[in-house]
Amino acid sequence: MNILVCISNVPDTTSKITFSSDHTSPNTNGIQYIINPYDEIALAKAIDLTEGTDGKVVVINVGEAATEATIRKALAIGAHQAVRVDAVPRDAWFVAHQIAMYAKNNPFDIILTGRESIEYNGTQVAAYVGELLGIPSVSIAKRIDIEGDRAIVEREIEGGKEVLSIPLPLVVGAAEGVAEPRIPNMRGIMSARTKPLEVIQPTAVPELSHIVKYESPEPRGSVTLVSADDVEQLVDLLHNNARVI
Amino acid sequence: MSVLVYTEHTEGKFKKSAYEAVSYAKAVADLIGTSVTAVTIGTVAPADLATLGNYGATKVLHVSSEQFAQFINQAYASVIAAAATHVDANVVIIANTFSGKGLAPRVAAKLEAALADGAVELPQFEGDKLNIKKTAFSGKAFAITELTAPKKVIALNLNAFEVRESGGSAAVEEFKPEVPAGDFTAVIKDIIRITDKVPLPDAEIVVSAGRGLKGPENWAMIEELADVLGAATACSKPVSDAGWRPHSEHVGQTGIAVSPNLYIAIGISGAIQHLAGVSSSKTIVVINKDPEAPFFKVADYGIVGDAFEVVPKLTAAIKAYKGN
Ligand SMILES: Cc1cc2nc3c(=O)[nH]c(=O)nc-3n(C[C@H](O)[C@H](O)[C@H](O)COP(=O)(O)OP(=O)(O)OC[C@H]3O[C@@H](n4cnc5c(N)ncnc54)[C@H](O)[C@@H]3O)c2cc1C
Repeated sequence: MNILVCISNVPDTTSKITFSSDHTSPNTNGIQYIINPYDEIALAKAIDLTEGTDGKVVVINVGEAATEATIRKALAIGAHQAVRVDAVPRDAWFVAHQIAMYAKNNPFDIILTGRESIEYNGTQVAAYVGELLGIPSVSIAKRIDIEGDRAIVEREIEGGKEVLSIPLPLVVGAAEGVAEPRIPNMRGIMSARTKPLEVIQPTAVPELSHIVKYESPEPRGSVTLVSADDVEQLVDLLHNNARVI
Repeated sequence: MSVLVYTEHTEGKFKKSAYEAVSYAKAVADLIGTSVTAVTIGTVAPADLATLGNYGATKVLHVSSEQFAQFINQAYASVIAAAATHVDANVVIIANTFSGKGLAPRVAAKLEAALADGAVELPQFEGDKLNIKKTAFSGKAFAITELTAPKKVIALNLNAFEVRESGGSAAVEEFKPEVPAGDFTAVIKDIIRITDKVPLPDAEIVVSAGRGLKGPENWAMIEELADVLGAATACSKPVSDAGWRPHSEHVGQTGIAVSPNLYIAIGISGAIQHLAGVSSSKTIVVINKDPEAPFFKVADYGIVGDAFEVVPKLTAAIKAYKGN
């Protein structure tokens, strides 16, 4: 079984997000980049599913040369080979086209993404890729098992969960619970340097939307402290001032 | 030109997120001088369908064929796209629920529409384009996005737009779209519903607790507080990592992002990754024994104190208030 894992390169979760003075682009100075945490779960799942078989795990990233450190980390964790589509990942629509194009030319049994990237939080790529390839997709999966030529996928719904049986090939967005992220070991790190990393050119995709400006959330006013011995005052504030109870 | 809104339901009942979506669709339609059609898939009583008019829909397209009884993402996306074409919609609104998130990109791709996911406000139209504010960086920022394609799909965040009732009633019409057989390859094997608890993603009040609670055996007081408030329970990441609580309760940058009217954080330090997922809550209350806990910096109300003393007192005080 061959699995394609889509990896995005995102600011470390501890990053303070600030913008250029005209608010048109995020500041990248001093920001550490990491594999998107959900993509790490997807990658771990792909390795779990192929370990001890002749199946291959290929990671794909749409990004400029600077993302290669992140791609090498995915190889160190255990992917067999990598592909980088040499382009700025303009938006999910663009990225999904690149992935779908690659997967059309190189068929896979499963395509895994993270449920969302922690920068644009779109939850779009899995469903877009599924649609572009004409195959099923589950955007937010909590569990994935393979039974013969079908995947058993558990997905979250409001107030519960749903279990689906879906024929391969399919696209799944991995969320927590799918697998435990793996930490690269020394052998992995050494071998990552020599694993194949192919760089391919992007396909043109018409632009449908673009970000014009970023805003930071309104700062909250300062906190009103209430004494631990007077919780009634808190109830009163929540009722009369905040009007939330 | 018109606005189409997809109205999701659970076993025939619409949830608040569906009413929010219709209210939002109506406000969008008013901006461009057009009307709202809702599309509902699966069995819903005619009287319930007509009530969508109360939130601003003029017409409801109802797809009641047995074939669509269960939610199959691909097939539902085909239905919504067909409905959009049927009513010549240039804007399609979908609530950003778990299912909605899987549908919106497919619908957008079919219509070659631009997609704004996680919208938090009404758009601003400029001719054929629109600007819309959406969440980004896991709640650490917003991105104002310009949608330039002629057709637009907007996935509206839950609890981001208030329900508006206008008192109307909608005309219900049966809709029978052609959907390719290939859309039905997925099969639902099981649906497990947790009915005795308020679901977290669309809860109006969330009571959340962290490592300060020391162990899973201490969650009874959290559940009791949630109970008296009609709230959902949530937790920080280390708590679900340790297996004290299920993953579905984990909020934050790598968990669920919530924006309830009231978020009560108990024994949670307020790490940047946690705050990312909760900072758009309308009111935040923090209970922590450490006055230096970073969470106080983003709280509206705070109590510095031991959770094991404060929480039972707060529960009692709310009970007393509700009793009156
Ligand atoms: C990649 C990555 C992603 C992450 N994503 C998330 C995420 O999505 N969500 C998330 O929550 N975290 C996330 N984290 C973890 C985050 O950095 C923090 O470690 C975590 O939020 C801390 O959880 P906590 O506040 O429950 O525990 P702690 O930081 O240990 O805080 C416990 C708090 O309880 C207080 N306390 C102790 N005893 C009492 C008492 N008796 N009464 C009252 N207060 C008491 C303490 O003063 C303290 O403030 C992530 C971390 C990484 C590296």
